[in-house]
Amino acid sequence: MPDIKVTPLGAGQDVGRSCILVSIGGKNIMLDCGMHMGFNDDRRFPDFSYITQNGRLTEFLDCVIISHFHLDHCGALPYMSEMVGYDGPIYMTHPTKAICPILLEDFRKITVDKKGETNFFTSQMIKDCMKKVVPLNLHQTVQVDEELEIKAYYAGHVLGAAMFQIKVGLESVVYTGDYNMTPDRHLGAAWIDKCRPDILISESTYATTIRDSKRCRERDFLKKVHETVERGGKVLIPVFALGRAQELCILLETFWERMNLKAPIYFSTGLTEKANHYYKLFITWTNQKIRKTFVQRNMFEFKHIKAFDRTYADNPGPMVVFATPGMLHAGQSLQIFKKWAGNEKNMVIMPGYCVQGTVGHKILNGQKKLEIEGRATLDVKLQVEYMSFSAHADAKGIMQLIRMAEPRNMLLVHGEAKKMEFLKDKIEQEFSISCYMPANGETTTIVTNPSVPVDISLNLLKREMALGGPLPDAKRPRTMHGTLIMKDNSLRLVSPEQALKELGLSEHQLRFTCRVQLHDPHSDTDTLGRIYTHLKSVLKSYSIQHVPDGTVIVESIVIKVTSSAEEPNLKVILLSWSYQDEELGSFLSTLLKKGLPS
Amino acid sequence: MAAHLKKRVYEEFSKVSQVSLEEVPTKKLRLTKPSKSAALHIDLCKASNPTDALQYLLSFARKPVEAESVEGVVRILLEHYYKESDNSVRLKIASLLGLLSKTQGFAPDCIVDDAINTLNNEKSHQVLAQLLDTLLIIGTQLPDKIAVIQRLIDVACKHLSSTYFGVRNKCLQLLGCLGTVDKPLSKETDAGPGAQTSPIRDVQSLISDYFQDQDPRVRTAAIKAMLQLHERGMKIQQTIYNQACKLLSDDYEQVRSAAVQMVWVLSQLYPESIVPIPSSNEEIRLVDDSFGKICHMVSDGSWVVRVQAAKLLGSMHQVSPHFLEQTLDKKLMSDLRRKRTAHERAKELYASGEFSSGRRWADDAPKEKVDTTGVNLIDSGACGAFVHGLEDEMYEVRIAAVEALCSLAQSSPSFAEKCLDFLVDMFNDEIEEVRLQSIHVLRQISTHITLREDQLDTVLAVLEDSSRDIREALHELLCYTNVSTKECIQLALLELLKNLTKYPTDRNSVWKCLKFLGARHPTLVLPIVPELLSTHPYFDTPEPDMDDPAYIAVLVLVFNAAKSCPTMPALFSDHTFRHYAYLRDSLSHLVPHLRLPGRKQTASSGLEASGVGSGSLDSAQNFLQDSLIRVSALQNLETPGAQDLLEFTIRDLQRLGELQTELAGSADFCATYLRCQLLLTKALQEKLWTMAVPLCLKQNAKVSTAARQILDETYKLEFLYSGLETQQIATIHNVRLQAKALQLILTARSKRGVDRVIGICEKFLQDVESFQRLFMTELPHFQDSFVEKLLELMPRLTSCKPLDLVKIFQTTLRQSRFIHLKLPEQIHRASATIIEPTGESDNPLRFTSGLVVALDIDATLEHIQDPQTTVKVQVLYPDGQSHIIHPKPGDFRTPGPGRVRLITQVYLSHSAWTEPCQIEVRLLLAYSTSSCKLSVSKPAWNESMDGLPTSESSIEGTIHLSKPVKVFIMPKPARR
Repeated sequence: MPDIKVTPLGAGQDVGRSCILVSIGGKNIMLDCGMHMGFNDDRRFPDFSYITQNGRLTEFLDCVIISHFHLDHCGALPYMSEMVGYDGPIYMTHPTKAICPILLEDFRKITVDKKGETNFFTSQMIKDCMKKVVPLNLHQTVQVDEELEIKAYYAGHVLGAAMFQIKVGLESVVYTGDYNMTPDRHLGAAWIDKCRPDILISESTYATTIRDSKRCRERDFLKKVHETVERGGKVLIPVFALGRAQELCILLETFWERMNLKAPIYFSTGLTEKANHYYKLFITWTNQKIRKTFVQRNMFEFKHIKAFDRTYADNPGPMVVFATPGMLHAGQSLQIFKKWAGNEKNMVIMPGYCVQGTVGHKILNGQKKLEIEGRATLDVKLQVEYMSFSAHADAKGIMQLIRMAEPRNMLLVHGEAKKMEFLKDKIEQEFSISCYMPANGETTTIVTNPSVPVDISLNLLKREMALGGPLPDAKRPRTMHGTLIMKDNSLRLVSPEQALKELGLSEHQLRFTCRVQLHDPHSDTDTLGRIYTHLKSVLKSYSIQHVPDGTVIVESIVIKVTSSAEEPNLKVILLSWSYQDEELGSFLSTLLKKGLPS
Repeated sequence: MAAHLKKRVYEEFSKVSQVSLEEVPTKKLRLTKPSKSAALHIDLCKASNPTDALQYLLSFARKPVEAESVEGVVRILLEHYYKESDNSVRLKIASLLGLLSKTQGFAPDCIVDDAINTLNNEKSHQVLAQLLDTLLIIGTQLPDKIAVIQRLIDVACKHLSSTYFGVRNKCLQLLGCLGTVDKPLSKETDAGPGAQTSPIRDVQSLISDYFQDQDPRVRTAAIKAMLQLHERGMKIQQTIYNQACKLLSDDYEQVRSAAVQMVWVLSQLYPESIVPIPSSNEEIRLVDDSFGKICHMVSDGSWVVRVQAAKLLGSMHQVSPHFLEQTLDKKLMSDLRRKRTAHERAKELYASGEFSSGRRWADDAPKEKVDTTGVNLIDSGACGAFVHGLEDEMYEVRIAAVEALCSLAQSSPSFAEKCLDFLVDMFNDEIEEVRLQSIHVLRQISTHITLREDQLDTVLAVLEDSSRDIREALHELLCYTNVSTKECIQLALLELLKNLTKYPTDRNSVWKCLKFLGARHPTLVLPIVPELLSTHPYFDTPEPDMDDPAYIAVLVLVFNAAKSCPTMPALFSDHTFRHYAYLRDSLSHLVPHLRLPGRKQTASSGLEASGVGSGSLDSAQNFLQDSLIRVSALQNLETPGAQDLLEFTIRDLQRLGELQTELAGSADFCATYLRCQLLLTKALQEKLWTMAVPLCLKQNAKVSTAARQILDETYKLEFLYSGLETQQIATIHNVRLQAKALQLILTARSKRGVDRVIGICEKFLQDVESFQRLFMTELPHFQDSFVEKLLELMPRLTSCKPLDLVKIFQTTLRQSRFIHLKLPEQIHRASATIIEPTGESDNPLRFTSGLVVALDIDATLEHIQDPQTTVKVQVLYPDGQSHIIHPKPGDFRTPGPGRVRLITQVYLSHSAWTEPCQIEVRLLLAYSTSSCKLSVSKPAWNESMDGLPTSESSIEGTIHLSKPVKVFIMPKPARR
């Protein structure tokens, strides 16, 4: 039986360094190639030695697909393609292709320039890597090779995020990447058609969460920010440069405008201008409102939000600062956090998920003293708020997606094991499909039962239709006679005559003959006559002929009567039928064995 | 009658032409009849190839065919049809047959047989489908012919088994449009292959078989056919409910969309029947089950289906309350269908925090495993349907959800309470339409709810919205809102004042809003009065500025609260009383009458006002009736005293209208009517009637002015007042006829020349005739009236000479009795007030001449029916030019019942002036007499004004609706 193998190299029962290997129909595909935020050593990249111990990956992988530009989904890409070695195609959507290199470059700078790491990929490697990228559009079916095709669906989450359907023959896998089923201020909701894949590989970050209405969250967020600003505190919102940041900016911008607030809002520089540029460029990937109103005013041109400078952090008075990165593990957000942590008037709002091991995760779990870079301890006095703005589907959203796609199997990645367990139970119970949650390096094998397509000749089909009962009973199975020809890798079902003709074979008649002995005092002709009337009375709807040369023909069955030489009363009835009439023939033989009615 | 007159006139003047006129059309007819079909026949025969034939048919289809020649054409088409081998030509012919059978006045039963015959021999599926379509058209033309319909249904049943989806589609459509439930389709048992399964089938089960068709288009058609049956008033059987529910999860959106409707229809038909829950042995009401299912469709993949589902939810009022309330709670995930026990279990699950809300970090840490058997993530259906709907990506879905919420909340106060938070949240939607809609909705359900402080806070934040519509809607909402604490009042006042300073144009709206707010919450206002008025127990505080709109706003709030809180005035300081007196006078619509202790002068004036004002609606009504009765006692207005009485009554009525706003319409109406009568009487009493003709020119002018005035008034009476009944309209028309007769007589007397008089006479007689036609039922009320007398004389009138006619008119006019007016229940006078421009500005609006400048107009309209078509804006320039502008339909908004707000821009332009001048802007009510079937009277009326100098402001067919407002404008010459 054919099967599909799925092996997560990263993101198996974990969040971060998403990297999933799929073998389907003899093709090997790598889904995402991310880095882990929580580690600074070798563990931050997926273990590519799983694929091959030495040498390049090109011959082992047919293609690499990147779902979106977040570093935990694309951070290891240059490392994989340039340092490990991969020359095959890398697929991503246009916005992802545009934004991905900026983030990679930023990541490289922080790691190499700030932390002084060596043996890391260079700018040139990023460029070389991006040259291997093949961009694709939503709902565009791309033929990777003759058998493998992929198709992208809108996933919400961030600009350019996509879900991918991978199809080989009739087997298919859908990989969701990260997705969001509720639209937000700037992006729409994920959508997929009823493609009924064999496996749906879904993220499960919020496996145990069912979020409140989005507006409630927005209102709470605005209220918290507003209150802090009013009492003169500073608000730090650690975000990733692209994605949530834009949504929160739009939210705060409109709020500031409405409430006529004067406190400055800053956005840590560098990526902002480029990011906004891309958001303006890919307006078709945003939500209905922005798409419709961008002619009058582009929502990404902010009036109240200014670029941040490092010195501003020490300015007195209230302010709101968006700073990268989002989990407070490094960079500017961590620096600002250190400065402001001591004042209880200040506030940090974590708008999204934090990976274990990051400062963000620690403070959210209520840690009041932090060790930063192994030296001094830092007292955390400021208020820590959590506001789930990260655009992942919640439990209900995941369920909704399953309902939309109707997969045969479910596979959960990108989440915490315990929570996955919970969701797994729910899915199995709800949809009665099997659900898997492999750990990193663990292979899940799913046996598929693909239907084999067969070309059927139109004549045969029409003939069968004419024979069959009335429409509509299209969903009821029906048996038919035909010949299956397997030739040149193709399967065809044709009528037997045609098959004979095509194959140049002559038809062999298969006839069964059978003798039935019968005691009957009458002469041969009379016996035949009696048989004729008997059959006539039993088989009403069949054509029964009494041919003058001493035979009775029922359809194609020939019946003759001879009397044996020794005993004139013992008549031998000769029955002969063709293979096609087997049923009727055996019926007749048993019927005649019972004897004739007197 | 008029025809008789016409004939007579023609006999006199143009005997010859009449003959020729009659002959020409008959000849034409004779020519066309054969030509139409014959030409087609020739064309079709000429056509050598299918393309040509198709071209002929196409060009033929563009021309209309008369009813009498349709059959001939059809025969020719059919003849050609049998000969034709090309599919496309046959298809076109088939479609033409359908088109032709729709011709007015043509009974298509004669072609049914032929059409059915063609079906039997047709091989092409497309043509077959088209032919069935034709049959459908024929069938819908003949709804009463049972036999024909039965045949058509048989044909449809026969073709249902076609392999082509189009044919099956059309068959189902046909069954849906024509099928009957009562009669089982026994006939098709021998013909139809479907008969093999069961001997007697009715249309419904036949159609429902196709719910499982392999083609989604046929499935859709089957559901639509079923819906069509329902629309035609047939009772759909409950048995198809399960099938319809299965279709809800179809792969195709059009099927799902139709299925949602189907399920909804069934839920309305059988709300109380019980259906089992799959996978359990419990049962629930069908309406609850279908509610859950439709709720589920709110999170469908296709937004079209989502909109539909959200809309339909709003009309499911019978649903049980606990299902309804689920729609607002996403977290209550377990399926609540298992009645009480499951409900409670779910509550516990929710409380145990199985799911986190995402508001707090790590509150979703997995706890000990709960019994998950009851938890059902998907089938919970109704759960959070509205939460999903309200945060949908498409604003169409959100609006539909808001509307559905509104309609459900109106029928269930407890649900209204619950959905409040969600509606308030919608005030922050990114699309203005959605915000506006949710504000409106909140207003509609506000009778059920009381706003909490935090909710009010969110609501009030919207006051700073830059959109005027939103602000006004919000003011309107605040008028109807109940709040819970005095802080709320303070908050609201504060925000409204902020709003006032930010947008001074909102002044009226804000004041009005505060008026209601005060009147609704007197006890909440009481404790904060000293603070509001900034009084101090020991010290005198400075007197606030009386012109400050903010101060007025506060006073409006306080005074309205004080009305039902007698202890409040004790807290006022001296200047407050003075200000009260001033405001009571200047803004009487906002400041109610207060009983102020120890204030004799205000109290007495108040008493007088209240004597008419509040408690005495009945007495005012009586007074109105009395005066009308008094007037109706008059038989002949020429008796001495009678006119004086009329004059006094008119004066009384006018005063009554001013005092008693509820009766203003009725009083005005009566007064105007009586004035017409008075004018008429006066005109008839003029000396000129006894004078010799040449001497009376001067008098003439006076009378003709009176006649014109009466006419104007009658148009006002007819079109300006709403709530009139036919009797009143007939009375008005009677007066109008009298006025016209008066004019006619005048014209006859003043003008020499018979031609003119003849024309007018003819028109007048037509008017009389149409009066008779229109008000046949009212005639008994018109004994001794002018009209009745005329109608009596009618046979004589038609045959006598114009000058005799005039004489007859004159005598009838003088003898006719005065018709008494009976008042209908409620009469409203249409009125309009221009709020903006105020006309007070001294700064001229400067613009370059030749270019345009936009002038903002803001007006309120009351009691106007169909304002979009009738209300116009007139701009009158100082040089006498006048422009009439039709505002866009979108400029009219309806803030409340009977009230319309017009906010529009008119574009002005003019050539250069040397100094600023004033233009006048006013609103007009356009009317067309054709709407009351008197199209002929309008030219007559115009003609009568021909000879007179048209006054600058009178425009044909319009009534002034508002006072003119003057606007200073200054077109400057363009600089080059």
